[in-house]
Amino acid sequence: MDMSQYLDVFIEESKEHLQSMNAILLEMEKEPNEEGMLNEIFRIAHTLKGMSSTMGFQNIAGLTHEMENALHLIRGGELQMNSSIIDLLFKCFDELEKYLYEIESNGSEGPNTSKDIIKELEEIRSYKGREVKDPVKEASVVNPSSNDIQLNEYVHSIVKKALLQELNAYLLKVTLDKKCMLKAARAYIIINTLEKLTEIVHSTPSIEDIEDERFDLSFQLVLISKSDDKILLKELNSIPEIANIEIISLADNVSIMENTGSNEEANLFMEDEIIENAMTQKVEDNKGKKAKTGKTVRVDIDRLDNLMNLVSELIIIKTRLEDIDDSGTQHNMHEAIEYLERITTSLHDAVMKVRMVPIERVFNRFPRMVRDLSKDLGKEITLFMSGEETEVDRTVIDEIGDPLIHLIRNSIDHGIEEPDERIKYGKNPNGSLKLIAYPDGNSVVIEVEDDGKGIDVERVKAKGLEKGLITQQQAEIMDESEIIQLLFSPGFSTANKITDLSGRGVGLDVVKTKIESLGGVVEVDTRKNIGTKFIIRLPLTLAIIQALLVKVSTEKYAIPLNTIKEITTIEESQIRRVQNNEVVLYRNSTLPILRLSQLLKVEGTTEATEDLIVVIVKKGDKTAGIVVDNLIGQQEIVIKSLGKFLSNIKAIAGATILGNGSVALIVDTNSFF
Amino acid sequence: MNANVENNKQYVIFKLEDEFYGVPITFVETIEKVTEITRVPNSPHYVKGVINLRGEVVPVIDLRRRFQFQDKELTEESRIIVLALEDINVGFLVEGSSEVLTIEPDDIDKTTNFVNSFDDDYISGIGKVKDRMIIIVNIYKILGIEAN
Repeated sequence: MDMSQYLDVFIEESKEHLQSMNAILLEMEKEPNEEGMLNEIFRIAHTLKGMSSTMGFQNIAGLTHEMENALHLIRGGELQMNSSIIDLLFKCFDELEKYLYEIESNGSEGPNTSKDIIKELEEIRSYKGREVKDPVKEASVVNPSSNDIQLNEYVHSIVKKALLQELNAYLLKVTLDKKCMLKAARAYIIINTLEKLTEIVHSTPSIEDIEDERFDLSFQLVLISKSDDKILLKELNSIPEIANIEIISLADNVSIMENTGSNEEANLFMEDEIIENAMTQKVEDNKGKKAKTGKTVRVDIDRLDNLMNLVSELIIIKTRLEDIDDSGTQHNMHEAIEYLERITTSLHDAVMKVRMVPIERVFNRFPRMVRDLSKDLGKEITLFMSGEETEVDRTVIDEIGDPLIHLIRNSIDHGIEEPDERIKYGKNPNGSLKLIAYPDGNSVVIEVEDDGKGIDVERVKAKGLEKGLITQQQAEIMDESEIIQLLFSPGFSTANKITDLSGRGVGLDVVKTKIESLGGVVEVDTRKNIGTKFIIRLPLTLAIIQALLVKVSTEKYAIPLNTIKEITTIEESQIRRVQNNEVVLYRNSTLPILRLSQLLKVEGTTEATEDLIVVIVKKGDKTAGIVVDNLIGQQEIVIKSLGKFLSNIKAIAGATILGNGSVALIVDTNSFF
Repeated sequence: MNANVENNKQYVIFKLEDEFYGVPITFVETIEKVTEITRVPNSPHYVKGVINLRGEVVPVIDLRRRFQFQDKELTEESRIIVLALEDINVGFLVEGSSEVLTIEPDDIDKTTNFVNSFDDDYISGIGKVKDRMIIIVNIYKILGIEAN
């Protein structure tokens, strides 16, 4: 029977079960002998077993079966619950989660890796009635990294051919920094950088595995390139969080080239193509990837009913408009359009709500993480969470997890001090970490707050100077908040001894980039010895915003309303030039004046008028006045991306489609500051 | 399978400056009449702008500019060939496109045999169909996905 249609449901439900299992395990750690919870875990294991064997996932079924057996003994009082059993259950949980992840990304659960865990479970059972001694040491991750230069024949012949064509061929070994948090992301950046210059012929582990973070710290690539190793090294050195790079030229290593097989001819055509690509560049296609499951959202039936109602109203109004066409008076038409407007607004609202998911789905993995981390580091940390019910867009849920993990790890690792040190400062030895989410107007705020030692501004400044991010002169005039912003600059985190510097800095640039890509901002609030608070502000919805449409010459642009402070007119004669920049004195402070026509290089000038229309935009507490030719009005716009080909166009954040079907670009005012 | 092999030999032919060019049909999504094109500031000079293709915003590349021909007025015949490569959608602005030809791989000469200055950069081969020469373009190079 074809089960694929149930796969989504299976994944979704299993995730929910695993989540509650996680929550119960954490509770259980505090009260190991609570029978209700034991029953609950037993029930979950049982349900998972049933579901997975129906779907044909034998690894999950096998593991949950063993869990059931062990739990049964505990339930029967034949075995005492203790911390090592809980640890083992956590391990089972991790294992199940791993299988589920595999299923979600590849459609199959992958090889059976739970033999060790099952053995441990069996051992526990044989300890019946006795206290369980230390569980077996953790199974080490199998890593098939061989350090020898081992190329298969296919790669051989490509390399050989490339060398004949006077291209360079290299074996590149990259080792990431131990502290690198988003390994896959870093690896992606590295590979991406390389692809600009080279052709990647082979990689160990495979690119797919690297993308899915299935590698330890290092990976190997075979490259063909026109550029020499110095250029490659230079490019790679600009990427932070790399511990070690080793480039071996395959040209020097002739011996490995000798033993090429004779089936070279057969591959000739393909090789030609690859080498040709190496001379320029290639876009890796991932089409070959196995069937990925679609993203799903579970929706409250009431919300769907509401949607249905609105759609039926839409049909009613359509009929009404058709009638007007025949007999139509102006008045009726107006009324109908107003009605239509009300419906579309509610419809927009309702559809948006369908996409919303409680942030709980991200939050509930953190208690476990905090528990593990604080255990590892010998710190006592209590995690307080609130606002888990706050709803955010589904896309945000998928993306926000990694940045939050990053911030939480930072707080635990570097923010909160060791218990002795805390006592010395008269603090509660038990550190606290707060994770709070709440809606605020049109955005959602997530705060990560610790009561640790805070960020040492002076050391950040010193580090910035050392790294050459700022000059001595700049350092002297920078205020505290500007210095803290240095933490988010890309070059900052490359230091190996980053822990020296009161923490904060391990790849915060990645966090910032991610959040900005979601249209959000990160702020930091820190006080010495009192703590640090990271505030993430995300837009409630990503797709639809209010914007002001303006005209420059004949072109129309949209400026997001939330960046606009006010709109005013300024007389041309009031503008002063300071060092080639235009400024005016406005409400007793200087306001830089930027002309949109110049920023966007609009052709065709408009006649000079004395009164200029100025849209004052803000970023944080900075403001700037933008001169436009005409205001068209406020409108709700749907944000569309310009696509991958035109990503990162300066000063443009995206596009939208106007009522008449033409495209208007959205101005990225943040880029003006 | 058979159909696939046939597809791989088919090329959408378009006209530019009195020469005929071809792109593999497998990349072609649709061919559209020219609608309003919105200029994108700060984009490469050969990007004509973006169009609204049934609700999607698609960049359009002016192949005349890409091939360093003089700018020329659009005509009734002008078309936008919308291509889909992996996750990139992009349109090529051309001076007319009305046929699909089958070119056998054996009938395509690789341009590496030519000594040529600028345009072999964008060309992956020259196909011969009866007496006609069809210039097969290299889409990736036209898009400049290489490091500039």
